[in-house]
Amino acid sequence: MAGGALSLVTSLAACTAGGEKPKTASAEPAAKGPGKGKGYNHDPFPSTYKAYPGVPTLVTNVTILDGEGGRIDGGSVLFRDGKIVSVGKDIAAEGATVIDGQGKYLTPGVIDIHSHLGDYPSPGVQANSDGNEITNPVTAEVWAEHSVWPQDPGFARALTNGGVTTLQILPGSANLFGGRSVVLKNVYARTPQGMKFPGAPYGLKMACGENPKRVYGGKGRSPFTRMGNIAVDRQTWAKAVEYDRRWDKYEEKGGEAPTRDIQMDTLRGVLDGEILVQNHCYRADEMALVMDMAKEFGYRVTAFHHAVEAYKIADLLKANSTCAAVWADWYGFKMEAYDAIGENLAILEKEGACAMIHSDDANGIQRLNQEVAKARQSGIRAGFPISEETAWKWLAINPARALGIDQQTGSLKPGKMADVVLWNGNPFSVYTRPQMVWVDGALLYDANNPKLRPVSDFELGQPGEGDVK
Amino acid sequence: MKKLLLGAAAAAIAFATPVLAQDVAITNAKLVIGDGTAPVEGGTVVIRNGRVVAAGSGVAVPSGVRVIDAQGKWVSPGIFAGFSRLGIVEVDAVDETNDANSGSSPFNAALDVSPAVNPRSTPIALNRAEGVTRAVVAPDNSSSIFRGQGAIIDLGADMSAVSQPRAFQFLEYGESGAGEAGGSRSAAIATLRNALFEARDYSRNPGRYIDRGKEAFLTRADADALVPVITGRVPLLVHVERASDILVILDLKREMPSLRIVLVGVTEGWTVAREIAAANVPVIATALADLPSSFESLAATQSNIGRMKAAGVLVGIGMINDEDARQARLVKQYAGNLVALNRIPGASGLNWNDAFAAISSKPAEAMGLGGDYGSLRPGRRGDVVIWDGDPLELGTAALTVIIDGVEQPLSNRQTRLRDRYWDPKEKALPKAYER
Repeated sequence: MAGGALSLVTSLAACTAGGEKPKTASAEPAAKGPGKGKGYNHDPFPSTYKAYPGVPTLVTNVTILDGEGGRIDGGSVLFRDGKIVSVGKDIAAEGATVIDGQGKYLTPGVIDIHSHLGDYPSPGVQANSDGNEITNPVTAEVWAEHSVWPQDPGFARALTNGGVTTLQILPGSANLFGGRSVVLKNVYARTPQGMKFPGAPYGLKMACGENPKRVYGGKGRSPFTRMGNIAVDRQTWAKAVEYDRRWDKYEEKGGEAPTRDIQMDTLRGVLDGEILVQNHCYRADEMALVMDMAKEFGYRVTAFHHAVEAYKIADLLKANSTCAAVWADWYGFKMEAYDAIGENLAILEKEGACAMIHSDDANGIQRLNQEVAKARQSGIRAGFPISEETAWKWLAINPARALGIDQQTGSLKPGKMADVVLWNGNPFSVYTRPQMVWVDGALLYDANNPKLRPVSDFELGQPGEGDVK
Repeated sequence: MKKLLLGAAAAAIAFATPVLAQDVAITNAKLVIGDGTAPVEGGTVVIRNGRVVAAGSGVAVPSGVRVIDAQGKWVSPGIFAGFSRLGIVEVDAVDETNDANSGSSPFNAALDVSPAVNPRSTPIALNRAEGVTRAVVAPDNSSSIFRGQGAIIDLGADMSAVSQPRAFQFLEYGESGAGEAGGSRSAAIATLRNALFEARDYSRNPGRYIDRGKEAFLTRADADALVPVITGRVPLLVHVERASDILVILDLKREMPSLRIVLVGVTEGWTVAREIAAANVPVIATALADLPSSFESLAATQSNIGRMKAAGVLVGIGMINDEDARQARLVKQYAGNLVALNRIPGASGLNWNDAFAAISSKPAEAMGLGGDYGSLRPGRRGDVVIWDGDPLELGTAALTVIIDGVEQPLSNRQTRLRDRYWDPKEKALPKAYER
């Protein structure tokens, strides 16, 4: 036994010497109550993401859209050790790799708040279809990260064609409570944990409208109607409030620990503000009802997704500090998408509500800059001038805020992660593509370097391997 | 404003659109002919009796025609949507409004989309407002490899949408066709051959053809619908993605040379582009599919169309199973993206002129209808758009849309909703009173 223990210690030491010890769920003991938040481990599948090495880089003479509404023409950005160091007109940097950005644009990496990459990967065969636990209208116990296949070829396309550096993977919308989302850095890893955005809060995917009532109504069970949707929601929240109260009591005073309920853990996280509600909801009337339901139970909807009719209630969304994530021009595929208009984002911006673009699509995620370009033009044509720098907020700081990661990424500000895209022209033009993409300061795509083009395991040895795609 | 078949239809059209085809000349245009030639500055296009009579620089304006001064703006043929389901679907997920699929019908090849086309469906108005003037409309009958007979439609604001009924037969091969034929590609090709044999028997002696009803591979009506296919009078559009499947269809064409095959989809076409070109088979391809979304499209790349074009394939853009009921307008963006590819080392895109042709004359030519549609060469239908910028650029708006010489209305449900909610707050009366 002693010998065994010794060899274990030795091998761990060897690991440490050779680099950081791989983190696993078992590396951290389960938290023990009592004590606030100590009842159980809130992070059993921690991020093991590690930034890849980069070189100090200075991009000069470039049009900068900083992602928070700022713009510098002929500016420079310096990043080093994975972080933005300075953004300005004239920056000198000894020893940095200098890239002349003449005629090009530099922006923060695109953030897609709504993706199913990894959960609905390519190829889209049934055997890979892991995005929707369509067995119960309430499946708050499932976690999207447990379905993420980190070899989805779609991650590479989003990076190289779309400049996407961060994305939220959500469970599907068949259920009222679909489960937990996960926020990923768009960097291939062997495990989902290796892609997890360090410190990003979880989201709870909720859905209102047609999907839950169709899926469960079709099975002859509740919810069968929109009123059924809200009824099951409220029953579930009432139970969650009770669960939260019991655990609060235990964590404060000790005694017998309440029985764990993995489903209720997630809802408790929402009630305690740890987990952000990401709510699939199209229609204005339903969004208004959901916001009132949130008030009833003491939580907040962080963002409505697919908010096709957000423009009709821009004032209500603003008053509730709830964001709307929308498409530029998707419409008509279902009844609740029937009233879509191209000016949705423009009206939200005009009324001062929090707005952003999203994809929900493995192809669309490759062109979110183009979607914003269309939405911006629609607004301008209708009579509301929107600058390029304002429109870029829809791709950067606004989704970062709605994901709770705006302190780390979402704009080109000193101290933030160097998630950066150099575009080979104006990114509001159809003729422009990403030229270089950095994540945490590491150059992970360069259009001119075939070696800097990720090829997922699935594509290795297949027709088309390593093509420009 | 097509040829009028019935007096009643004529009356209905007259009622719906009192404006008849005008003779019109658009002058001072940055003029795109749509045939792959470069835009010319200071161009003129003249339309008489609903058809183009002249287009180019140095074209004289005949006396007595209405003249529109384009003031240097871009003027082009209307967009020809190479593949769509426009006009036969209002809301995809609302079955009652969806006439693309006839999955429980005993008929297959006989199914005809023409009577199902609703010129007042909102997708037609929305796409018209973005410069789409003409579209290939295909059925999507999911019970057989034979989807049925598609049409060419115009997107004009009148009740006569079908320009060319029964313009082609649509066939599903590959994964989807295999599923419907019995589970394998072997079953799909056997079904296809058998149906063509039966149609040939029928054509030799229609009176002796026994209609075995639901038990039959082909009802009498189906066999009848395939006669123009086996004689080559109408093209057979074959949806196919995988390279090996493409070669199987090219083999069939060699075996039955009278078939006028057009390949649709063709994600892996670039890997067998020389063979497609040698067979002289035109292609209507998806433009931006670049994911191995199925095992039949592992080699997917946005360079597909550029590489096929470079190999000498006649190729246009269509939206196959890609928002095809509503978003034909996106082909402009797709074409623009193919231009952008030219700046990526290792990628193959299209130059601007070829990219525009890929959404105007090329799909029309692929259908064998380039003499009627898709360009501003003399004799073509008078479908013209004046744009406020480069028509392939994001957010460029169509300022004037002319179909068959008739200027079209551009307002629609979306513009009305926008106007109502531009200021979302409610006023003295509910929004329902604002219009």
